[in-house]
Amino acid sequence: MDIFQKIKAANLVGRGGACFPTATKWEMVKNAAGEKKYIVCNASEGEPGVKKDGYILEHFPEKVIDGMKIAVDFLSLGNKGKKTVDVKGYVYINPEYYKKYGKKLEDIIRKIPPSPLAKGGNPPIPPCEGGQIIEVFKKPESAGYIGGEETSALNAIEGKRIEPRLRPPFPTTNGLWNCPTIINNVETLYNVSLVASGEYKKNRFYTINGDCLWTGVYEFSEDWTIEKILKETNNYPNFDFFTQIGGDGSGEILNSKQLNIQATGAGSITVFSVLKHKPLDLIKKWLDFFISESCGQCTPCREGIYRLLEIIKSPKPDWQLFGELLNNLSETAFCGLGCVVPVPIKSYFENVLANMPENEINLPKGNKKIICECFKQ
Amino acid sequence: MKRNMSAQGGSALGGKNIKIKINGQEIICSPDKNIYKAAKENGIFIPGLCGHPDFPAKGNCRVCVVEIKGRKNLATSCSTKVEAGMEIVTDSERVKKARNLNIELIFAEHIEKCPTCIWRFNCPLLNFADRYKIEITRFPDRKGKRDIYKFANAVEIDGTQCIDCRNCLDSCSMLQKINYLELKGKGHNQEIVPVSDKKVDCIYCGQCAVHCPVGAAQEQTHWDMAEKAIEDAKEKPGIFSKILSAAPSHNQGKSAPADRAGHKSKIIIAQFAPSIRVSIGEEFGLPHGKIVTGQVIAALKKLGFDYVFDVNFGADTTTMVEAEELLDRLKKVGSGNNGLSKFKSLNPNPQALIPNLPMMTSCCPAWVKYVEFYHPELIPNLTTSRSPQIHSGAIFKTYWAQKMNINPKNIIVVSVMPCTAKKFEASRKELKVDGQWPVDYVITTREFAWMIKKNNIDFAKLKSAPADDLLGEYSGAAAIYGASGGVMESALRTVQFMACKGKRQGSLCDARIDYKDVRGIAGIKEAAVDVAGKKLRVAVVNGIGNIEPVLKKLNDYDYIEVMACPGGCIGGGGQPIPTTPEIRQKRMDALYKLDKSMKIRKAHENKGVLEALKWLKGQGKLEHQVLHTGYKKRN
Repeated sequence: MDIFQKIKAANLVGRGGACFPTATKWEMVKNAAGEKKYIVCNASEGEPGVKKDGYILEHFPEKVIDGMKIAVDFLSLGNKGKKTVDVKGYVYINPEYYKKYGKKLEDIIRKIPPSPLAKGGNPPIPPCEGGQIIEVFKKPESAGYIGGEETSALNAIEGKRIEPRLRPPFPTTNGLWNCPTIINNVETLYNVSLVASGEYKKNRFYTINGDCLWTGVYEFSEDWTIEKILKETNNYPNFDFFTQIGGDGSGEILNSKQLNIQATGAGSITVFSVLKHKPLDLIKKWLDFFISESCGQCTPCREGIYRLLEIIKSPKPDWQLFGELLNNLSETAFCGLGCVVPVPIKSYFENVLANMPENEINLPKGNKKIICECFKQ
Repeated sequence: MKRNMSAQGGSALGGKNIKIKINGQEIICSPDKNIYKAAKENGIFIPGLCGHPDFPAKGNCRVCVVEIKGRKNLATSCSTKVEAGMEIVTDSERVKKARNLNIELIFAEHIEKCPTCIWRFNCPLLNFADRYKIEITRFPDRKGKRDIYKFANAVEIDGTQCIDCRNCLDSCSMLQKINYLELKGKGHNQEIVPVSDKKVDCIYCGQCAVHCPVGAAQEQTHWDMAEKAIEDAKEKPGIFSKILSAAPSHNQGKSAPADRAGHKSKIIIAQFAPSIRVSIGEEFGLPHGKIVTGQVIAALKKLGFDYVFDVNFGADTTTMVEAEELLDRLKKVGSGNNGLSKFKSLNPNPQALIPNLPMMTSCCPAWVKYVEFYHPELIPNLTTSRSPQIHSGAIFKTYWAQKMNINPKNIIVVSVMPCTAKKFEASRKELKVDGQWPVDYVITTREFAWMIKKNNIDFAKLKSAPADDLLGEYSGAAAIYGASGGVMESALRTVQFMACKGKRQGSLCDARIDYKDVRGIAGIKEAAVDVAGKKLRVAVVNGIGNIEPVLKKLNDYDYIEVMACPGGCIGGGGQPIPTTPEIRQKRMDALYKLDKSMKIRKAHENKGVLEALKWLKGQGKLEHQVLHTGYKKRN
């Protein structure tokens, strides 16, 4: 069984958060027309509360680079094992990780035997130090969270303004310098390497944060429930709590009774004490995060988040309008970031606030019932 | 994602027509179209702000959203291609809600300056607000403290009105390749600003303005000054009461000037550019490319201008001066017996430019600024001929003033131009003649339309009026000045005549009128033209964004026309909005139609021009002052 069949059989899905089937993505890029193709390992990990890619880079950098090499070979070779396409890889890495693991990654890359595939590209592949097929590209300091979105990453590598591209076309056909491009998360490529060596055990990495003792990155089976993970790690609280799953920015809020499911997205679990976190502060925290990360391209995100903050800061918040602006983001935003702005806020209202007794809510600026009403679409 | 991928795979370019449904209406269209276009072509209106046919869809205003059956999210119709069987709804409650909220949000970043905004009558924001009953002040304005950036006296970008659509950026970078504008900052703090790089400068072409949907990028308006000049002239009677007493008899009995002679302090002249007559009708609901010369004149008279002249007179003058100079330059390099030389073979070193060749046109002021700033080494190649508006302006204030017995100081010339850079050109000090500005104020086509609308003049119903005598005559060659390739063609018609002069077979050699190789909307047009038995190698650059390849092989040409705006002046930065590839083509076609309909089609047959030039010849230094100019390095 070749690597592609193995990936398919293992049902690998993207670990960046979107869970897109890895084999499908690879196949699309393989089938896309082009003499030059790229593979980008997305190591930008910009979502607060998610640290698993850093963990993998620290502990298994060889595996990640091996996954990239496998992708390079997969795209380079034609049916009869002959090179037909020039392929180059980039490790697109955030500045903090670059500082910590950049040198190590570069050392590993340097030790890859010079591939005959890298030479003689026509038109030539952009210069790469030492003639290596993989290059570490440091994400610009200013790129922020949006710089991790896959098409923003492409723009960053190309030296363009760092913001999402209009889709279609998709990176699978029109990626880096308009060439077909695979963009995979660090964990995905790590899994590819495991699949290749027969070590893949359907595990995934979880980051646990928040109001608990044993925070950190753990590896468990991908079918474990959130509740089980919290209990196994001795993190299950004995106080009133709720959780945010898949990122402290865009993750969904679940109450303590909703944890009998698997963790989604980038696999983070953050525990919040109900008593400790005041509703308005939480909402403001999320909005502050999104407004500082919004690229400003589209109206609902650039203008909408600005107005959402304006509303919650006002002495008499217009919750009706607040709800409309949130809905408008999921309805009309340009990219994923804009679309997920309502996720934490709306799920917090639905899953936490709505279940709390009125006198405990501590939401000074409005009546609970009215507010919750505004968030129902 | 999967669905979109299959859609991509299936969309063969130019494929078979497909069936879709919009609001229940069945539509058959090409699969290459986006929803926005398919709807528009079938009379279904979808609002939108950031899209422009000159640029790929950006999809950032999110106003053109529609609902597509079977899709979870709303889709932007500007960036979504139609697919067979697609069912689209453009006016569901869900669509309305999202669309209206986005329009309200956009309104909140645009400080309304409606009372003095020349874009008021066309503003899509106001139009949408009215159409959808939108509350335009739902959110407090947030950009009140933004800066206004002014580029010379020509163009400005008003940050308080910007809606972040980025069309100006696309115009400056993608279209014109000047890259003078950049987007600074991120998120709601982002702002369009001029770049800090001192090696980059604005050429004042105004393409940012003609692509701005909300008048944030705009010409610096001078209509108010023109209006004030007209008012002032009316209000201050007495001191110059007799300036018109010597008016020749053929003006008697005509409308304004002579009747009002006793009350005028100043004479206000309007002159309008060749391309105005085929574009301004659009502002009044007339079809694209409708020729409305007579109405333009009538409207200018109604606005209170005493005399209305046609810049075509100036264009014919320019052609004469430029053609003569071209022959002169060719002569200097060669030694041909008929004036045209074997200049081609005389350059043994292909790397070195023959001094002063190729000669380049200079009637596009944005191109002149481009040379002065980016390629000062090419200044000697620019023709020293002044541009049409400057030629005629100075002729009004010298030749015509003398004929009419008017003190030039009491003449104010207002040019109506398709152009923002003409404002800058008119303010060049080196163009002054005897201390007088040839042109006092320049207003754009849009400013002119605004004045007409503001004064409640029903343009479409105006009775056509003729331009004022003496300087009203013009040739077809002048008419096509407004289109890319037009200046070249006009010059060729006259160069050929001049080169043939005195030759026995003169009349035969002078017979050619049409030079179709230099017409059309291609970015670069090249031709080798027979002039008196020799090959003249010419190139026409249509839009400054296409200049690079021509600059790289200057030795291949003897004469080059450059127009900074796509399509030439008919696509100018001061023209009506929208100006799209399709509309440019229609305006262009109209000019060639006009040319074809003219009795005189060559500049050298314009008797008025010949007379004025003859008069200037007898004026010593004045002749050179009126007809020629110089340029200076500006970087």
